[in-house]
Amino acid sequence: MFWSVDPERPRIWLMLAPMLAVVFLLFGGGLFFALIQSFGYLPLIGQTGFSLAAYAAVLRQSSFLASLLLTLYIAVTSTLIATALAVAVALAIRATTRGRQALSFIFQFNLPIPHLVGAVAVADVLSQSGLLARVAAAFGLIDDPGQFPVLVFDRAGVGIIAEYVWKETAFIGVTTLAVLHAIGPEYEELARSLGANRWQRFRLVLLPLMLPGVLAASVIAFAFSFGAFEAPYLLGASYPQVLPVLAYKRYTAVDLAARAEAMALCVIITLVAGAAIVAYLHVSRRYLRREAD
Amino acid sequence: MRSPGSPAGPSPPRPPLLRWFVLAAMVIGMLLPIVPLVIWSFAFRWSFPDLLPERWSLRAWRYLAAPESQVLPALRDSLLLAGAVTLLATLIGVPAGRALGMYRFRGRAVIEMLILAPLIVPAFAVSLGIQIVFIRYGLADTFLGVTLVHLVPATPYMALVMAGVFANFDRQYEDLARTLGARPLQVWRWVTLPAVLPGLVVGALFVFLISWSQYALTLIIGGGRLVTLPMLLFAFARSGDNAVTAALSLVFIAPAVVLLALIARFLGAAPAAGGIRGL
Repeated sequence: MFWSVDPERPRIWLMLAPMLAVVFLLFGGGLFFALIQSFGYLPLIGQTGFSLAAYAAVLRQSSFLASLLLTLYIAVTSTLIATALAVAVALAIRATTRGRQALSFIFQFNLPIPHLVGAVAVADVLSQSGLLARVAAAFGLIDDPGQFPVLVFDRAGVGIIAEYVWKETAFIGVTTLAVLHAIGPEYEELARSLGANRWQRFRLVLLPLMLPGVLAASVIAFAFSFGAFEAPYLLGASYPQVLPVLAYKRYTAVDLAARAEAMALCVIITLVAGAAIVAYLHVSRRYLRREAD
Repeated sequence: MRSPGSPAGPSPPRPPLLRWFVLAAMVIGMLLPIVPLVIWSFAFRWSFPDLLPERWSLRAWRYLAAPESQVLPALRDSLLLAGAVTLLATLIGVPAGRALGMYRFRGRAVIEMLILAPLIVPAFAVSLGIQIVFIRYGLADTFLGVTLVHLVPATPYMALVMAGVFANFDRQYEDLARTLGARPLQVWRWVTLPAVLPGLVVGALFVFLISWSQYALTLIIGGGRLVTLPMLLFAFARSGDNAVTAALSLVFIAPAVVLLALIARFLGAAPAAGGIRGL
C-alpha cells in the first residue's frame, strides 16, 4: 500500500463526486421514493398523506406469509447447498495438481452467464420432458413425462433453487479458491508437522482461516437470491410467488392503490437483505478474526 | 488417516476417489445445463423420450437472423446500452477508485460502505422506487433512463475494482514523471494508464456484462419500449419455442464466455472475487 496523507484533499472529493452522485441520487433516491410511496405518499394519484395502510394491507394478505416463507426458504436452501458444494469443489481443485487450470475455468465459466439463461437451461434439464426425464426414460425408470416429478413451475421452488445453486456455487467457489490461495499451504504444513490429521487440519486450521471470506460470499449470495426477480419470474409457480415477483405483480396491477403495497414489499425485501448483511458484519467483527486487509 | 503419533513420517497419498467424484460431479453439474441448449438450438423436432432429436435443422438460427424475430435490432440496442453504461461507469468509477485506493482521508470507511450498498441491496427494489421520478422527468421508457438505472449496480463495481488496483499503484512514478516535466495528461497517458490498464479492462468487461445481463431493471424502467436481448429472450421463453429460445440463449451468453476466456487467458486470476474482498 502506498498511502499519502492528505496532499490534495479537495481533489479527493472531486474524484468521488460523480460516484457519490450515483449512490445518493439514483440508489438513495430509489430507496427514498420506495419508502415514501410505501407510506402512501403518491401525489400522482392525489394521495399526499402518510400512513401504514399499505403495510397493514400487505401483512393481512395470506399470500404474503406464503411468499415470505417461500422466498426465505429458497434463499436459505440454495445458499447452504451452494456453499457446501463450493467449499468441497474448491478444496478438491486445490488438492489437484494436473488440470487445475482447466478445472478452475469450468468451475467459474457460468459466472458471467445471466440468470435468465440459467433459468432457461434449468427448465430444459429438469422439466417433465427435460433432459433428466429423458435419461430416466432411457433407463426404463419412467414411461411417460407425467411420471417424472414436477421440478419446475413447482410450488416448492425446486427449479429456482437449482438455478441459484448452479450460479452461486460458482460465485462462492471462485471466492473460496481466492481465499485458499491467499492462505497458502504453510499453516497446514505446520499443523501436519505437529501431528494433526487431515480432519484436524481442516477443522482447526483451514476452516477458521477460510470462514470469513466464504461467509462473506454466502451472505452476498443470500441477499442476492432473496431480492432477485428473473429466475422465479420464469421458473416459479403461480402460487406462492417470491416477494420480488409479488412486488412486481402489485406494481403493474391496474389498481393504482396497489403501488403503495408494491413499495411496502420492496422495503421489506430491502430490510431483510440488509439485515443479513448487517448481521454478517456484526458476527465477523465480533467473532471472526480477520487477517490483514 | 494419519495417526498423530507419526508426525515426521512421509505423508500417505490422499485417497483420490472422493476428490475425483467431487470434481467429476462439478464438471457434469456445471456443463450439463448448457447441453440441452446446444441440442435444442439445432433441433427440428425433439420429442420425449428421445435422447437426441429425430430431425436436425437450422430453423432456429435462420429465424434469429430473419427480420421478423427482431433479434438484430435488440442485439444492437443491447450493445449500445452496455457500451454506454461501460463508458459512463468507467468515467465515474475510475476517479472514485483512485480516491479510495490511493488516499487515506476522513470518512473513507463510510464512503466505502456507501459504494458497497448498491451491490447488496436488491437493485430491483431501487428501480421500482425511482420509476416515479423517472416518469416525472421523462426518463421512463427511454434509453437514457435505462442507462442511468443500470449505473446503480455497474459503477460501484468499477469503483471497487479500481480501488483495489490503485491501492497497489505507487504514486511516486507519477511524481517522478512530473519532475521530469510531464504535463498531467502525459502523466496519465504514459505512466498511470499503463499501470492500471489490466484492472481497468477487467472492471470494464464485468461492467459491460452487468448491463448486458440486466433484465429486471430494463423491464421496469424501459417499460417494454427498449427491447434488449434479455427482453426478447424472456418473451421467447414464455412462448414455448424451445429451439429459438435455446439459440437466442447461446447468442446471449456468447460475449460472456468470450470475455471470461479473455480474462482468464490474459490475467490468470479470479477477478470476480476482487469486488467483494473489501467487505
